[in-house]
Amino acid sequence: MEILVCVKRVPDTAENEIEVNKDGSDIERDDLVYSINEWDNYAVEEAIQIRDKVGGSVTVVSVGGEEAEEIIRREMAMGADKGVHLSDQAFEESDGKGLVRILQAAIEKGSYDLILTGVQADDGAGQVGGMLAAMLDWPFASLVNHIEVINDRTIKVGREIAAGNQEMNEIDLPCVLSIQTGINEPRYVGIRGIRKVASVEIPVFGASDIGLSPDLVGKSGATISRVDYFVPDLGEGAEILEGDTGEILEKLIEILQSKGGIK
Amino acid sequence: MAQGVFVVTEQRDGTFRKISYEAVSEGRRLADLLNTNLTAAILGADIATMSGEIKKYGAEKILVADDSGLSEYTTDAYTNVLTDLIEEQDPELIIIGASTQGKDLSARLAARLDAGLVMDCVAIKQTDGGLVFTRPMFGGKVLADVEIAGTPQIVAIRPNVMSIVETPKSATVDRPSVKVGEVKTSVFEKKIETGDKIELTEADIIVSGGRGTGGDFSVIEDLSALLGAAVGSSRSAVDEGWRPHSDQVGQTGKVVSPNLYIACGISGAIQHLAGMSTSKCIVAINKDPEAPIFSKADFGVTGDLFELIPEIIKAIKNMT
Repeated sequence: MEILVCVKRVPDTAENEIEVNKDGSDIERDDLVYSINEWDNYAVEEAIQIRDKVGGSVTVVSVGGEEAEEIIRREMAMGADKGVHLSDQAFEESDGKGLVRILQAAIEKGSYDLILTGVQADDGAGQVGGMLAAMLDWPFASLVNHIEVINDRTIKVGREIAAGNQEMNEIDLPCVLSIQTGINEPRYVGIRGIRKVASVEIPVFGASDIGLSPDLVGKSGATISRVDYFVPDLGEGAEILEGDTGEILEKLIEILQSKGGIK
Repeated sequence: MAQGVFVVTEQRDGTFRKISYEAVSEGRRLADLLNTNLTAAILGADIATMSGEIKKYGAEKILVADDSGLSEYTTDAYTNVLTDLIEEQDPELIIIGASTQGKDLSARLAARLDAGLVMDCVAIKQTDGGLVFTRPMFGGKVLADVEIAGTPQIVAIRPNVMSIVETPKSATVDRPSVKVGEVKTSVFEKKIETGDKIELTEADIIVSGGRGTGGDFSVIEDLSALLGAAVGSSRSAVDEGWRPHSDQVGQTGKVVSPNLYIACGISGAIQHLAGMSTSKCIVAINKDPEAPIFSKADFGVTGDLFELIPEIIKAIKNMT
């Protein structure tokens, strides 16, 4: 099975204090620690596990500047066979749909049975998987937390649905799936793995290489524009309830009553 | 010219999800701001009697797409039917709830209609230049205001954030004939864990446990049953295998905004705060007075959850 996984390099929100720049047009990007978008990492692990079971190959693709290469390389160290780096000045400031157009053009140049994306990215809009499937006119399942290959034309997928329940679907290939965290346990990438792929050539394709008109992407192709960034109001911190157990309980019960917990 | 606000409601087995009321109420508010009319669409099978319920929230026109092919949600069938309805109505704004189903649907619909989409929106305001949509980014550490060019504009609103307001209108109810079209995925099984489990993203009250439970969620479950609350958990409790992934509240889990969030034995890592910091009231119970959860909480108790929670349960039971 030929599997393509779309990955993204994002600021690591757990590692960074995120601040807005002076004019509110972007976040302060200096000194940020970047990493692979967490959902995407689960998608790559899943792709590797499928390949190990049924054969084929895993390709990792990322759209972005030079820096995107480190993420592709990291996922190759994890076990992906190939990397594709989509980079062009025309791609800068693309919105969700622009990004999807870039990926779509690259996918149509290749030959894939299965496309995986993460459910969402921390700095994104959570729409790449669904839009990509629609634009390719391929079947799609979101919030996928289980995959079983039935044969080379059909797979069975579990989807997370409301209230902790799961829905099982049969989907024909080729298809697009957006992968939920928790579907597997992504393997650790050691320094030895990184070294092994350090000198592997990762091809870089621009708009003309994938037959994409530059005005469909980037700022000119965007329908979503960001007008302002701001930081939400932070509370003042908790009022710590003091006193003996009886007094604390009394206050807690009062809170529960006022919030509708006790009728 | 595109005109009007179009709301896609969500129902399951003949009962509206709460997000539907939020979406229609917000639709009414925006339709008034834009000086235009509001249409609400209901999709499903055997849903003929459902339109009455939604009238209360101010739709002028209700479209009931009743077809056996819509009994189970599938991306394809719902997108096909909605595309037809929306193209017929030609609205300027489409509102969908950013629930599990709505997130799936809105992306596909946006591509099909070639419309701009804002996902997981928490506020909408009107400016001279048109509507501005606010959405959290970077795990909720930053909010971004965005604009959508062209029409229709699609916005998926985060559940439990926008107010439900009753503004009854005398609505016309239409039952358009629908074409379900080609459906490429087939649902062949639903694994329902427990029938009466409350969906985390819709719950009014959530009692959540973390590492401090040591894996014993019994008191948390007891308290939540007593309060009619949903049980949530931190990522570490999921990683330890104490709770299923679907219970996880946080950046890579569910994003929740209940009226009351009770965090028990949860230290409050960024990962967790990203999923619950927009809760209206947060109560934290933790042994460690330095735990970061106390910086986000409204009320804090420094203490052992295994001593305190049974006392709370006892006190509530004594009241009745």
